[in-house]
Amino acid sequence: MELTLWTYEGPPHVGAMRIASSMKDIHYVLHAPQGDTYADLLFTMIERRGQRPPVTYTTFQARDLGGDTAELVKKNIKEAVERFKPKTLLVGESCTAELIQDQPGALAKGMGFDMPIVNLELPAYSKKENWGASETFYQLTRTLLKNKVSSSDKISPLRWKELGRRPKVNILGPSLLGFRCRDDVIEIQRILSEQGIDTNVVAPLGASPDDIERLIDAEINICLYQEIAEASCEWLKRNFGMEYTNTIPIGIKNTIEFVNEVHKKLDLPLTNKKELENKSKLPWYSKSVDSNYLTGKRVFIFGDGTHAIAAAKIAKDELGFEVVGLGTYSREMARQVRATAKDLNIEALITNNYLEVEDAMKKAAPELVLGTQMERHSAKRLGIPCSVISTPMHVQDVPARYSPQMGWEGANVIFDDWVHPLMMGLEEHLIDMFKHDFEFVDGHQSHLGHTATKTKDFIKSDEKKEKNSMEGIIWTESGRAELTKVPFFVRGKVKTNTEKYAILRGIPEISDETLYDAKAYFS
Amino acid sequence: MSKVEFNKETGPREVFCGLTSIVWLHRRMPDAFFLVVGSRTCAHLIQSAAGVMIFAEPRFGTAILEEKDLAGLADAHEELDRVVNDLIARRPEIKTLFLVGSCPSEVIKLDLATVAEKLNKRFLGQVRFVNYSGSGIETTFTQGEDGALKALIPLMDSSNAEKLLLVGTLANNVEDRFKKIFKNLGISNIESFPPRQSTELPKIGKNTKVLLTQPYLSDTVRDLKHRGCEIISAPFPLGIEGSTKWFLAAAKAFKISELKVHEIISPLINRAKLALESHKEILKGKRLFLLPESQLEISLARFLHNECEMDLVEVGTPYLNKDLMKEEINLLPDNTKIVEGQHVEKQLDRVRKSNPDLVVCGMGLANPLEAEGISTKWSIEMVFSPIHGIDQAADLAGLFSKPLKRNQILTSKTLVTH
Repeated sequence: MELTLWTYEGPPHVGAMRIASSMKDIHYVLHAPQGDTYADLLFTMIERRGQRPPVTYTTFQARDLGGDTAELVKKNIKEAVERFKPKTLLVGESCTAELIQDQPGALAKGMGFDMPIVNLELPAYSKKENWGASETFYQLTRTLLKNKVSSSDKISPLRWKELGRRPKVNILGPSLLGFRCRDDVIEIQRILSEQGIDTNVVAPLGASPDDIERLIDAEINICLYQEIAEASCEWLKRNFGMEYTNTIPIGIKNTIEFVNEVHKKLDLPLTNKKELENKSKLPWYSKSVDSNYLTGKRVFIFGDGTHAIAAAKIAKDELGFEVVGLGTYSREMARQVRATAKDLNIEALITNNYLEVEDAMKKAAPELVLGTQMERHSAKRLGIPCSVISTPMHVQDVPARYSPQMGWEGANVIFDDWVHPLMMGLEEHLIDMFKHDFEFVDGHQSHLGHTATKTKDFIKSDEKKEKNSMEGIIWTESGRAELTKVPFFVRGKVKTNTEKYAILRGIPEISDETLYDAKAYFS
Repeated sequence: MSKVEFNKETGPREVFCGLTSIVWLHRRMPDAFFLVVGSRTCAHLIQSAAGVMIFAEPRFGTAILEEKDLAGLADAHEELDRVVNDLIARRPEIKTLFLVGSCPSEVIKLDLATVAEKLNKRFLGQVRFVNYSGSGIETTFTQGEDGALKALIPLMDSSNAEKLLLVGTLANNVEDRFKKIFKNLGISNIESFPPRQSTELPKIGKNTKVLLTQPYLSDTVRDLKHRGCEIISAPFPLGIEGSTKWFLAAAKAFKISELKVHEIISPLINRAKLALESHKEILKGKRLFLLPESQLEISLARFLHNECEMDLVEVGTPYLNKDLMKEEINLLPDNTKIVEGQHVEKQLDRVRKSNPDLVVCGMGLANPLEAEGISTKWSIEMVFSPIHGIDQAADLAGLFSKPLKRNQILTSKTLVTH
């Protein structure tokens, strides 16, 4: 049993819903009680979808449990098929139905329908949303293509040459409730078509079962989000010999590496290599002298595996930040995140507990947080600027404007989204500095909320919270006054370091001089 | 009883489960914690239904069942014990801990009552443990509050003092208004259930006169009756008419003259009527279809027809207690079509066929209907907004007139949704 106050990922059947809702001509019959219908609002409210998710919930009740819930499942399947006439039917169960073991998938298969039926077994008590999405997409791909396995020769990435046409690729992984997927797909297609590469199928987003059957018309697969598409890409490789890409094109370096990887796999000469670095404004903006102040900014990163890893790379190599924390809630990608963290000489945080993330954030004393909407709230409480880089989705993560994370435009978006909060942070610092000037108007509304400027409260509340580190330590008037002069966004770190120093040296009272001693000691 | 048409429907439903009521109950009683014993789905449901991120450590959470908990119930009980211990160590300010059953905990027959009993002994004098079920196989949306209140009744001491007990969660400001009006009427001993602090439970007994503020409290009412309380029969205090009759019913129970009631509330009525005018102008003659969710549907239909002159196409309700609703049903126009239960697909067919001007529905259905050109009002807002009482009548009407007004402003009717 795990105490959970808030969760980054939903249950695995919500992942299945993401696949079903992303696609056309599919219907999902979900054996589930009425409360589970809440999941519809994720699509209709957060994504602002104008259609209901293609899901029929059996909504069994307590009184049905004594009777024949299997009959209820069959009735719902029959009605759903008649009403929605799907080309492929997904059948599965949510957590409660898993316990009563009606095996709805097997029931559906015994009902004599012509259409392919995918029996989804998504263990609700051990797996989560992204796993469920990945498994659903994999089972769907497998169901629709398994008959073609023996009859197909292995697909060579060079087949396009024999066929005398432009190379074709599939873009796999984008789905509803995925971070900026809608725009990433457009950006990647644009980049590929510039290079003379055609997109065969984008899936699951916007694809139909017919499109899935056409996947093998392409030479290679672009695995755009490993969380969703890696299992399917791996199956297509094993059974059809289709190669797939490993580079996630987020950031300039990764995008260039991605273009290279695609060309290499297809044996397609890359003609505009030199142009690539100038396709985005990020490299120059980052080089521009006014960006000097970005150097060594301490940044804390937490999100899904794909976006957290990419963010760490951009932060370090493209913006010159110092990554002081890196973590993910995607346990499936823990190994890769750990490896990335190791390269940065830090330890990765793998957790689904947002309070642990908040604690780690506090300890790392970053100047910028890149995280999910939850980290945005935690950062706000701590008075640290934040930019959102990852799911779970919030209505704000579905902007009206074109706003990809991937490719050249994605890099532009990232530069703006990460640097602007820092500028605001600087502004905050100036406000803090000038607040004693007589011109300063009291009641200034800070974008960071009121935590940022209330030095007194900050120290007071910290005293309460960090009793252990404070044992025996007294802040003198001069020490306290000096601490208030430290910019708020590093104040926590300075305070902790000074206390550490004081304990180390056995200094019972911290004065302004102790602060400077500690500063010299730690520098 | 007016000649309304009762129908029952079964099939796939599109409603929240009782766990959702935690979203307002935890705000009503800030010294309580609601611990759902359930699955990741339960945790995800509550955070999604709340519609917001958590700005601080919340006073609700889920003990998520894992595979090993399903293997043996003994271990699950032990695990729950551990989770509760951790929680109380972390949140020492908690005074009442609600153990809330869910669909999976009900199906595996996790005995939360026994767990609560054991914990009550261990934490005697520190934390009280109460258990109820918010499971979707037994409860719909607001019924969760019914379960939570029913679970508190055994903890309420007995008293034969005469008092008026308002039952059902109210917005604090509305509660204050009501108390002031009742005091002006001459009823001085007034208490609310649930109280603002979980430890300040009202005492009840044979001279307790219960006035319901919410229509979804069937089980709570039954248990209050068993404790000797008198239930005042009245419509619910939504709109001017409902609130007036509600005050009158209370006054009658306390032998206060009708004249006195009118004397006190007629200025309120007059200004409320004035405030209602602009909304009525928009709502008049518009056709309304209510999908089932909160059990407030019948009262809302009564208000929107009688006071705002809307036409009722269909009034859905997830559950109908005819006894509790009889005063409301009496006020409905003849031939009102009430449908208890749901077959969401067939009901949406009827929505499309009848082409109403406004549909009251859940959040999962609102945007898809808007995309079809049908204006909607999501029902969850009714349980989060202060809508009770005479002074709030215009605000209540405003919840329905706003989407129609907006529809008049934004004239594009052939939008492509993304």
